[in-house]
Amino acid sequence: MFEGLDAVVLARAQFAFTMSFHIIFPAFSIGLASYLAVLEALWLATRREVFINLFNYWLKIFAVAFGMGVVSGIVMSYQFGTNWSAFSDKAGPVIGPLMAYEVLTAFFLEAGFLGVMLFGLKRVGPKLHFLATLMVAVGTLISAFWILSANSWMQTPAGYAVNADGQFVAASWLKVIFNPSFPYRLVHMVLAAYLTTSLVVGAVGAFHLLRDSHLAGARVMFSMAMWMAAIVAPIQIIAGDQHGLNTLEHQPVKIMAMEGHFESHKNGAPLILFGLPSQSQGRVNYAIEIPKAGSLILKHSLDAPMPGLDTVPRENWPPVPVVFWSFRIMVGMGLLMVALGLLSLFMRWRGALYDSRLLHIFAIAMGPAGFIAVLAGWFTTEVGRQPYTVYGLLRTVDSASPLAPPAVASSLIAFVIVYFIVYAAGITYLLRLMAAPPHPGEQGPRGDEPVRAAGITPAAATAGKG
Amino acid sequence: MIDIAVIFAFIIAFAVFVYVVMDGFDLGLGMLFPLFPKKDDRDIIMNSVAPVWDGNETWLVLGGGGLMAAFPLAYSVLMPALYTPMIAMLVGLIFRGVAFEFRWRTLRERNRWDTAFAGGSLLATLAQGIALGAILQGVHVEGRHYAGGWWDWLTPFSLLTGVSLVAGYGLLGATWLVMKTEGDLRERAYHLSWWLLFAMLAAIGAVSIATPFLSIEYAHRWFSWPGILLTAPVPVAVAAVTVLLLRSLAARQDYRPFFLSLTLFALSYAGLGISMWPYIVPRSITIWQAAAPRDSQIFMLFGIAVLIPMILGYTAWAYYVFRGKVDPHGGYHS
Repeated sequence: MFEGLDAVVLARAQFAFTMSFHIIFPAFSIGLASYLAVLEALWLATRREVFINLFNYWLKIFAVAFGMGVVSGIVMSYQFGTNWSAFSDKAGPVIGPLMAYEVLTAFFLEAGFLGVMLFGLKRVGPKLHFLATLMVAVGTLISAFWILSANSWMQTPAGYAVNADGQFVAASWLKVIFNPSFPYRLVHMVLAAYLTTSLVVGAVGAFHLLRDSHLAGARVMFSMAMWMAAIVAPIQIIAGDQHGLNTLEHQPVKIMAMEGHFESHKNGAPLILFGLPSQSQGRVNYAIEIPKAGSLILKHSLDAPMPGLDTVPRENWPPVPVVFWSFRIMVGMGLLMVALGLLSLFMRWRGALYDSRLLHIFAIAMGPAGFIAVLAGWFTTEVGRQPYTVYGLLRTVDSASPLAPPAVASSLIAFVIVYFIVYAAGITYLLRLMAAPPHPGEQGPRGDEPVRAAGITPAAATAGKG
Repeated sequence: MIDIAVIFAFIIAFAVFVYVVMDGFDLGLGMLFPLFPKKDDRDIIMNSVAPVWDGNETWLVLGGGGLMAAFPLAYSVLMPALYTPMIAMLVGLIFRGVAFEFRWRTLRERNRWDTAFAGGSLLATLAQGIALGAILQGVHVEGRHYAGGWWDWLTPFSLLTGVSLVAGYGLLGATWLVMKTEGDLRERAYHLSWWLLFAMLAAIGAVSIATPFLSIEYAHRWFSWPGILLTAPVPVAVAAVTVLLLRSLAARQDYRPFFLSLTLFALSYAGLGISMWPYIVPRSITIWQAAAPRDSQIFMLFGIAVLIPMILGYTAWAYYVFRGKVDPHGGYHS
């Protein structure tokens, strides 16, 4: 039944599918772990009850999201071998140690302290517990460091040599780790994780403020989230621009696809806002463009020449429509985030932060925007470096395992079914946790019986504390 | 003879063994879940590992990631060869992993996630046992690639090793419960431990008898002079540990049954090592052929030398924090 399908295409579909489901959980838990550490630090510093309530409220959500990130991550670490064995053999000596360091410095740290963070407050006391929370938060960041280093090396390989067996080997580990695109990608991704989390926290806060604008926990989380969005969204735009310039230097073909520049422009390239790129025709149909603005953004000069995809052999083109559109979705989400941040600053200045229905509805609508932007950004960068796994050096078709299409198709179907069951349930439970308002005496992940005694009139009991 | 490839073979073997030690009882508890239908019992069983299960599974990631880093050729040959068991294992681990949190988040669907916890644990264990058997029986290699089909792993021998691991992890799970619980739950765990111990001994016997028939090299390794000097103590030690374990179960001891069961695992594992040495893909690829370039291994060795002791340290601390019997009333909140 699958004989007609290409095993490599199926393996790519499987990687894209499992990776897309995986990435949204680390993106969320990197930000949430840091947020939890901040909440606990504020609680320890001020001893205000609202902070420990919020900590326990988000801790339950963290426990579910983190578990889903862990199990989908184990899939990723084995998929290199099952579906991409040729890649593993050739790039394993460089990529493998980076991932081994991720496990040793990050995964163990997170996992080792997670149990204490989730269940251990009363056993170890607040100070040691805060240390555990901090270790989990630091672990998520170290994890981002290594995995983005590995990914960046595949995008902009440096510091390597090739041995007699055709394997990549490291000539300089420092150059491998700190390869040209790594610092940009790391900053861009960590900021994205923080933004994603702040938008989720902001949406949850806004949701509860709509129903009760005096709810202390909702006020605190909404205010914190909106500060974060207002400050980080503009920084992210700058970081993204710098990352783009770095890509132009090291992966110009990806930029051509992002911009839809099929043709070379000797005298200033236009900025194509929208249009329908056609891979087969090699042009963007119905393009709406601003003349010379593309050169202005990318080269900071109106008349700078910009080579297009017509200078690149067709077999080295990435799938242009996917890259073109995913890039626009990401940028669009980013601009909306800036708008939300500005609106929140305006409402804060007007003293209407907790009462503006417009702001709250906008914030709720933006709840998933971070995830959408992260996915769109990853599609841009990953599809944009096709047809290579190690950019310019190892083609995707030469990276796959020697498997028959039915094997890859069967595992793809298995993962699709399993992920839909597990993720549908998980997202339902997460939304259910978020739909319940934070209340005084909030319990951690094992306090599954609703606590009513202290929370009969939560609004009255905590009004003014926020 | 002792070079960096040998050191790494021991490091990977160590990581896999720590995984078996830690996730073994963890998966075993999952498989025993159907035998404990009461909600209160299940809450206690789950809470006895909830704080540590994630750390336990990280050793599996280290085993896989470490194999890719230190022996990329072995990783790239074995993973396609074990394709179906690996996918099955991952699917099993997904279901049981999410069940840890999901079952507390729903009343209506709790039974469903309990089933997922049990079924996922069983699937993952069977798949790991089958993978072990498939590695032992050898895979078809041409050049630097796996050259067999995607059902080559399925033989009576690999099914035997699959069932054996179910019995073994079950024993670890039951003796863990003896250590971590009280009252009626502990009594039933004792009872189960007896049966599972006999099942595991039968499995060790069957695998030991079948292995020399897989290849003349295994038979040669185990039964000819001077190799027998190294191999003969293994079955003797297994017999001795079995006697101790039977006595500690009869004496209703708390901690000993679990640690003696782990010792049985260590001995079986040593036996496997003796059979496989010096191959990493039996009879096709030695550890030296599969080894990553020396430079990659040295780069990792620095990290491992510093980090593994630290990891063992804070992991031990986490177990220490949650030491003793699980409190049936408050999970970890009392």
